[in-house]
Amino acid sequence: MKNKEELIGFLTRLFPYATIQEGNQYAELFIPADKWHETAQILKSNDSIPFDYLISLTAVDYLTKFTVVYHLESTSTHDFIVVKTDVENREDPQIDTVSDIWITAEFHEREVYDLFGIRFNHHPDLRRFFMEEDDGYPLRKDFKDEINIIELPN
Amino acid sequence: MLLEIFSFSTLTANIDKSLHAWMAPWLAVVTELVIIGIVFLLFYAVLGLFLVYLERKVCAIIQNRIGPNRVGKWGLLQTVADFIKLITKELIPIRNADSFLFNLAPFIVIAASFMAMAAIPFAKGLHAIDLNIGIFYIIAVSSLGVVGILIAGWSSNSKYSLIGAMRSGAQIVSYELSVGLSLLAVVVFAGTMQLSAIVESQANGWWIFKGHIPALIAFIIYLIASTAEINRGPFDLAEAESELTAGFHTEYSGIKFAFFFLAEYINMFIVAAIAATMFFGGWMPFHIGHWDAFNRVMDYIPSVVWFFGKTFFIIYLIMWFKWTFPRLRIDQLLNLEWKYLLPLSLMNIVIIAFVVLMGWYFH
Amino acid sequence: MSEEIIKNIIVREDEDYIVNMGPQHPSTHGVLRLEVCLHGEFVNYLIPHIGYIHRGIEKMSESDTYKQIIHLTDRMDYLSAHMNNEAVCLAVENALGIEVPERVKYIRVILDELTRLASHHLWWSAFGMDLGALTTFFYGMRDREKVLAIFEESFGSRLLHSFNIPGGLMHDVHPNFQKHTMEFVRYFRKKLPEYKQLLTDNIIFHNRTKGIGIMPCETAVAFGVTGPSGRGSGFACDVRKVAPYGVYDKIEFKEILHEEGDSFSRYLVRMEEMEESLNILEHVVDQVPEGDYTARMKPIIKLPEGEYFQRVETARGELGVYIVSDGKKYPYRIKFRSPNFSNLFVLNTLAKGGKIADLVAICGSLDLVIPDIDR
Repeated sequence: MKNKEELIGFLTRLFPYATIQEGNQYAELFIPADKWHETAQILKSNDSIPFDYLISLTAVDYLTKFTVVYHLESTSTHDFIVVKTDVENREDPQIDTVSDIWITAEFHEREVYDLFGIRFNHHPDLRRFFMEEDDGYPLRKDFKDEINIIELPN
Repeated sequence: MLLEIFSFSTLTANIDKSLHAWMAPWLAVVTELVIIGIVFLLFYAVLGLFLVYLERKVCAIIQNRIGPNRVGKWGLLQTVADFIKLITKELIPIRNADSFLFNLAPFIVIAASFMAMAAIPFAKGLHAIDLNIGIFYIIAVSSLGVVGILIAGWSSNSKYSLIGAMRSGAQIVSYELSVGLSLLAVVVFAGTMQLSAIVESQANGWWIFKGHIPALIAFIIYLIASTAEINRGPFDLAEAESELTAGFHTEYSGIKFAFFFLAEYINMFIVAAIAATMFFGGWMPFHIGHWDAFNRVMDYIPSVVWFFGKTFFIIYLIMWFKWTFPRLRIDQLLNLEWKYLLPLSLMNIVIIAFVVLMGWYFH
Repeated sequence: MSEEIIKNIIVREDEDYIVNMGPQHPSTHGVLRLEVCLHGEFVNYLIPHIGYIHRGIEKMSESDTYKQIIHLTDRMDYLSAHMNNEAVCLAVENALGIEVPERVKYIRVILDELTRLASHHLWWSAFGMDLGALTTFFYGMRDREKVLAIFEESFGSRLLHSFNIPGGLMHDVHPNFQKHTMEFVRYFRKKLPEYKQLLTDNIIFHNRTKGIGIMPCETAVAFGVTGPSGRGSGFACDVRKVAPYGVYDKIEFKEILHEEGDSFSRYLVRMEEMEESLNILEHVVDQVPEGDYTARMKPIIKLPEGEYFQRVETARGELGVYIVSDGKKYPYRIKFRSPNFSNLFVLNTLAKGGKIADLVAICGSLDLVIPDIDR
């Protein structure tokens, strides 16, 4: 297992276009959305640290953009990294799927699609999990539901 | 020695005589039929309720529980209360079900088990009809029940029911063979199919002891195969509740469900009664060869007690392995029959024929 | 690593014979609906439909304080309620840089293992029932009751105790806690052989589970199947070993691994895990130091701006808590990576080509808890 600095060094060498985010618990890198799919492929299939286990896939709504967050672990070296990509377009958010790389992503992506409305291109079966097609996307920060959600004074 | 055993035939003969004394012969026969019908109906209901109660108590003991203990003394009236509940429940009609067949199915199942009861000798001289092909009749009639199950599964218009019914069909048709062949073993020993004669032939020892190893093999095969035939665990695939919710009777409610339920328990009784009659001497007390003193003591126990004692012992066996074993899968079930039980019982028949021919059994 | 790409294959046709298992079905253990396509007794494919008890815990948490969120996490995987609490507590404690007292760490480990045992008891009971062995249910429940009695004595509740709070415990444990835990360990050591006699050694049980639903290690990793189900395939994913928390790095214990990947090896992993939990308990119970039951905390917890991820091992696999904080008393975004969500979707790959009865066996051996999938 490498420490955080070594890991960041390794990742910057592998992905010169990635931005490293400092200050958080784990090694974190930002990948531009258009490079995400090929980056994911390299992450999974590189020889020194293959990140073959996608722990979690989720998104965060920053009101101006979405950030899709991937937590990855390598089952052979137990290195843990966080990878993020930004989806700038809030009207029609789209990003490439990684379900062909980590199969578990297929279902996590469906959940993210259901709750955030982010479309994953080339996803094999992009349907909503919990809600109907025209229910809105409840985990977006601007989601309003007059009946079921009681707003607390912040 | 045998004369000391009280025979119910004196009682039935007396009734017959007194009826004939003040009735036209045809009317007397009709009256007798009606009396027999009523007695059997009552017996059927009481037996069904008691078996359900027994099963609950037995499984409670196996599972570290107390079981029913609130309604009546030791919960004895629990099943009566349940039966009243089932009678008063709504019969839910199923849309798109074939309603005629849907309603017919429970009656076929219950009639099949009812008919099989007729030939069983409950005590010395106590049976409705003593056919000279009694055992053949019982096997034939009791397998009619599968028709009811298939109809129930098909007419319910439910996929679970259909799968359950198909499983049940495959299962009963297969296991019928082993049941027949294992009972044939005793028929070969006794040289008759008449149940009363088979019982009489065990006056000096039951077939399971007299027929030693081949009879024991036949009994074990019979126990396995008959459990499978009455759809009880570990062979309860037709109603495998964790897979098919309730199998062929998923869509039935109220008293129609109760009919299936009751028929299942009565079938268990019939199967156990046949085993007791064929292998354990029926109502015949425990006799050992020519130990006259010992045999005489045994004779003091009424024949009804012997019959029901043996039957309930076998029922307890059947319940015991239902509550301890996991369920088989359908292919394993059919493998067990066609690859193991059937060749074994065929071989066993040949061995028994040889044993009987050479006289290598106790007689 | 194998080059073969593992896929979740579903080929729909018009004439498919579809059977809906669930939302109310005895063997889905909750409101899970499996759309099963059958060909006779064989399963062609199955599609899980979830969301029948989706409560929006993640959305609710965005307007709750961290102490309030604890109570919601109980309701995810209700059988590993304690571990769920602990995940959030650890995330908050790590974010604030709080060192909790040693006593708390030890008690948390004891509770972890007791919860794991109670959960495995229930799984064993239900698994037997799935396979038609109805008596297992009462044996499992009998022993689970003893664990719940220990919980009840100390926390006043039996299932969802919400006993952890950020910084430590709600209050100190009952004086008899250690004594009764030790009594339970001694009691259950005697009872484990009964489990073996009743189910593990049964020939029908072997036939029903051996070679059924084989999940190779690559499949487990690709689908993210963790916990005992993953370890049954040889996927070393025990968070207690990979990323130790609490005092797990000070305790010696085995990570149970079986290579076969069938239902029976998943079963064995859980059975051996019960034994291992007993070992851990035996080892730890006497070492609990005296001291405070909580660290000093501010009444209102505000996490510094940033992102935090905490993993714990629940009874069913790896639970991840991802918190994005903007410095307020509410989290900006909280995500629970629940183990059952990932474990569920491997079902199609495992059950395909098997029989309906196998599907039930596989479903039972994955030990799914539906509220955890839906959250």
